[in-house]
Amino acid sequence: MSTPTITPKAAEVAVGDELPPLRVQVSRADLVRYAGASLDFNPIHWNERFAREVGLPNVIAHGMLTMALGGRLVSDWAGDAGAIVEYGVRFTRPVVVPDDENGASVELTGQVAEKRDDGIVRINITAKFEGRTVLGKAIALVRLR
Amino acid sequence: MALDQSFIGRSYPPSPVYEVSREKIREFADAIGETGAVHRDTEAARAAGYPDVIAPPTFAVLISMKANDVIINDPDLGLDYSRVVHGDQAFVHHRPIRAGDRLVAVAHVDDVQTRAGNDMLTVRAELSTEDGEPVTTTRALLVSRGPEEAQA
Repeated sequence: MSTPTITPKAAEVAVGDELPPLRVQVSRADLVRYAGASLDFNPIHWNERFAREVGLPNVIAHGMLTMALGGRLVSDWAGDAGAIVEYGVRFTRPVVVPDDENGASVELTGQVAEKRDDGIVRINITAKFEGRTVLGKAIALVRLR
Repeated sequence: MALDQSFIGRSYPPSPVYEVSREKIREFADAIGETGAVHRDTEAARAAGYPDVIAPPTFAVLISMKANDVIINDPDLGLDYSRVVHGDQAFVHHRPIRAGDRLVAVAHVDDVQTRAGNDMLTVRAELSTEDGEPVTTTRALLVSRGPEEAQA
C-alpha cells in the first residue's frame, strides 16, 4: 500500500543528494498488464517468436514502462507525481525479459543535479539492466514548495 | 528511402476528444506499480490540491501515441512503421492530467532527418482541454531503421 510521503522542501534539498533507489522485477505478466493499460500492443513486448524474427534476443520491455519506473523513482521521492513538470529520456538499450518467474531486474537511481531559483530541481536518473544503462539523458524537473 | 523534408512544420487537425477517467488512471498506475494515493483516491488528490485524481507523468503517452499515428500513417509521408523504434520521449506538463479532463491533441512534425540510412522523425503532440487550456506537450523521436542496417 502507499505510504504517505512528505514532499521535501526546496530548502532541505542539496545538489548531490541521492534519491532512495528503486529495484523492480519486470516479468512477462507485467508487460502484458502494461500493454493493456497503455494500449501498446506491439508484439515485440509479448511474442517471443515475433521478437526473435525481428532480430531481438527475446521479448523486450516497453521503453515507456522503463520510463514510467523512472517516474516512480522521482514521485516516490517528491511525494507527489504532480510535482514532476518535465520528464524526458532516450531509449538506448532494451530490457530483455525472459519467460521465467523473476523476469528482468531493473535498478533505478537518481541524484539532485541542479537547484534553480524558481524552486525547480533537476533530477538525473539512471536505469540499469544487467549492469548497463538502458536510458540516456533521463532527466526530470520537479517543482518543490 | 529518405523522408520528405517538406513535412517539417506540418500539423494535423485536432484529434477526437479523449476523456480521462479515474478508472483508466488507476489501471495505468497499477500497470507501472505506482501506489501513490493521488492516483487512486479523490479525497487524497483534493487534499494535495488537485480537483480530482491525477495521472502519473507518463500517462500522456496514451493520448500522444494515438495522436502521432496520424503522422505515422500519413501515406504521403511514407514511413515504414514496421521498422520504427522509439528513440526518445519527453513530456512537459503545464499542469497534471486529471480525471474528468476532456483532451484533444494536435500532432506536429518538428523535424525530419535521414542519417546513416535511418529515417528520423521528431513529432510533437500538444494536449489541451476542449476549451483550449494547455495541459501537456509531448515530444518523441521515431527512428525507422534502414533495410541495410544490422539489428541493434
